Amino acid sequence: MRRAIVAIPFFAVIGLAIRLDEGPIRPPADAAHPGFVLRDETEAAGIHFVHRRPTFDRKIANVEPHVAAVGASVSVADADGDGWPDLYFTNSRFGQPNALYRNRGDGTFEDIAAAAGLADLNRAGEGVSMGSVWGDVDNDGREDVLVYRYGYLALFRNLDGHRFQDVTSAAGLRRWVNSNGAIWLDYDRDGLLDLYVTAYFRDEIDLWHLATTRIMHNSFEFASNGGKNLLFHNLGGGRFEDVTDRLGVGSTRWTLAAASADFNDDGWPDIYLANDYGPEELYLNDRGRRFTLTTAGLESESKSGMSVALGDAYNRGRLDVFVTNISERGYLFQNNNLRLNLMPDAGRFQKVADASVADAGWAWGAQFGDLNNDGTSELFVANGFISADPDRSYWYSMSKIAGANSRLFEDAATWPAFGNASLSGYERSRVFLNRGLSGWVDVAESVGVRDRYDGRAVALADLSNRGVLDVIVANQNQPALLYRTYPDSGNNWVAFRLVATRSNRSAIGAELVLESGSGTQRRIVDGGMGFASQNDRRPHFGLGHAEWVDRVVIRWPSGARQVLHHLAVNQFHTVTEPRR
Amino acid sequence: MTPTPAPSATRLDPRYLIAFLITLILVAAQFRYHMVGGYDRLAVALLTCLATEALLSWFVRGRIVNLQSAYISGLSLTLLIKPQGGALWPFVLGGFLAIASKYVLQYRGNHLWNPTNFAITTLLLAAPSRISVLSHQWGNDLPTNLVIWCFGLAITARVRVLHITLAYVASFLLLNGLRSGLLGQPLLPEIAPITGPMYQLFVFFMITDPRTVVRGRRWQVLVAVIIAVIEALIRLASDQAWALPIAFNAAPALVALALVGPVAKWIDLRRSPRATEAGRPAA
Repeated sequence: MRRAIVAIPFFAVIGLAIRLDEGPIRPPADAAHPGFVLRDETEAAGIHFVHRRPTFDRKIANVEPHVAAVGASVSVADADGDGWPDLYFTNSRFGQPNALYRNRGDGTFEDIAAAAGLADLNRAGEGVSMGSVWGDVDNDGREDVLVYRYGYLALFRNLDGHRFQDVTSAAGLRRWVNSNGAIWLDYDRDGLLDLYVTAYFRDEIDLWHLATTRIMHNSFEFASNGGKNLLFHNLGGGRFEDVTDRLGVGSTRWTLAAASADFNDDGWPDIYLANDYGPEELYLNDRGRRFTLTTAGLESESKSGMSVALGDAYNRGRLDVFVTNISERGYLFQNNNLRLNLMPDAGRFQKVADASVADAGWAWGAQFGDLNNDGTSELFVANGFISADPDRSYWYSMSKIAGANSRLFEDAATWPAFGNASLSGYERSRVFLNRGLSGWVDVAESVGVRDRYDGRAVALADLSNRGVLDVIVANQNQPALLYRTYPDSGNNWVAFRLVATRSNRSAIGAELVLESGSGTQRRIVDGGMGFASQNDRRPHFGLGHAEWVDRVVIRWPSGARQVLHHLAVNQFHTVTEPRR
Repeated sequence: MTPTPAPSATRLDPRYLIAFLITLILVAAQFRYHMVGGYDRLAVALLTCLATEALLSWFVRGRIVNLQSAYISGLSLTLLIKPQGGALWPFVLGGFLAIASKYVLQYRGNHLWNPTNFAITTLLLAAPSRISVLSHQWGNDLPTNLVIWCFGLAITARVRVLHITLAYVASFLLLNGLRSGLLGQPLLPEIAPITGPMYQLFVFFMITDPRTVVRGRRWQVLVAVIIAVIEALIRLASDQAWALPIAFNAAPALVALALVGPVAKWIDLRRSPRATEAGRPAA
């Protein structure tokens, strides 16, 4: 009899588990009214870019879909200086061109990469493009571009907004790096943009001419045999110097993404890394003399970091960090990390546990941005790794080797053959609506994001200069997408064009703290963040119903501080850095 | 259901050794690899298991039994379950299911499933969108593997269930070697899972659970072999991309034990009506 009584809650608990598998018992209330929609206007904009993945040495044909699953990138830059953000997409197969889409200002784009000299970058002996990062390296008022590849780095000087010149060798940057990321930052505040390049495979590996198949990671959790990240100091005069070892930032942890900001508010830009097969890393800048690897609560979790997005998640006036990871039902819940920045007070980050933000599938690029201009930042997350045969999954094969000894899976030749299997394929992007302390809720379906591409890079930009952040997604081996954002009317906004004088001309690294009726928000001028992406350099703030801006504090990369009061809303403000 | 006899003065209760081993694994895994994923998980799983055991044993048997078994279940759950996000409910539900299964799913006064095996398999079948099983952790390095295997083998020998572990491991290697040849796949990836942490917990704690193994050394070996055979068949089906529940693909060994173990135990109890004493170590 008593056993029968115990059986009642026993079976009820099994029923409860089945119910919880479907989702929260109390679903979010306002998911159906997020205050904006996103419309796929790729075709109408004249963007026809289709990424092609690379092919490698046949010795690793069994894992080629895995190794070749990166390279789709997008960066935003006003390449021709006409005030309209342009888009640069990279391709990753020999002979396939990169594309520079010039924004005509009427909602359409034209590909001018070939004429600009930025198309033909995927060549045997040189490598294939993995991404780009833009910044005014020589402070001439035009943004130059660094293309990172599985191959040689390539730096192009912007001559006149329409033509670019390869200055890699002259700059001292002709280095073979199997890189998936690079960022500009002025680590020593000398007014010149320095370059941090992340490395994935070791730099002695030529993926088209492999001397060995022992090229893979030596642990699924704490791998340290990746390529060495590099820091190049801009000496001026168009030359760079490798200062990696002197500055202490040569991580070999299979870095996939990096971002820079002054996390601890000491006035110097730090470097945050998302590492595949390992914990995230934070390098704190010691007054431009050296970086120190700090724990900051990051060392306790080892995951598969794919992307670093910086944003003010809860309007605290701090730049928080969102790092994407892998989740696959039944197999693996690494969970994305939303880390609140407590560095200035407590010297650490605090992870916010939130199931909806934590699980976005096999997540790649992500960006914070206020898509509905309500004064809080949403999160756009691209997902999906390899979409092939939908009826065959590599996850079962992956589970066999993931628990194995490192000697086994370090050798690519011993991996089970991929064949035509999918691996977390056909996943949809997520759009997380920020409801503050009520948590985040995925509204992708209701706002119109329904594609099932293998998303990689995400960039946000106000492409029509209308005070709205549009979303551009580069998909692996698939077409790129442009989602135009249409927020409900009624919310105000403000955005800034920063013109630096003492700092690097792009003002990359400048941080703005805005105070208004909708709270305090911080933004940074982006020198590259997310995964293989770079956002609009013009910081954008949604203001909700606030009708003016009380105060904006700009901390320029040079260290200069500038305070602006009572700014009008719904317009761009051009702000020039004080000369002294 | 009669309680477990008190250990004699000269012989240590085997569960102490097992508890020691799993504690060692958890502590080493946490300090070296931070793999627990949060002390809140450990606390919730342990508290749930201990409280459920105390409450149900008092309610069903009229007294609170030794809580070592619940302690082992709590630690095993903490190590093996990886929830979506920061969710703690899988540890509450899993802990309750593990312990309650001993009181609900009985035959002739004996429980049929290894508690942790039952809980994890049930959760994986019921809620695969919210729970995954430990698939990779532990650093993938040889020294850690060797330490755990040495301690594990020594303790299973001391507890006199080494033959079960060895029978399973030998069968696993043989059958997956055959499967590899049959499918024309490389051998090493097919036998690699045995070095993973999930399998370490499986071969040292689950299939050797004194309370759920059958009587007789020969029969124990046979059941271990059958478990390996069923697991190999599940893997064969996965190789052919059969549409199996995710639990079968992600944790074939756990599913195989969940399928074979209770049937074997039921047959064992049925063929010997006198063997209804609960808590009697089978070895």
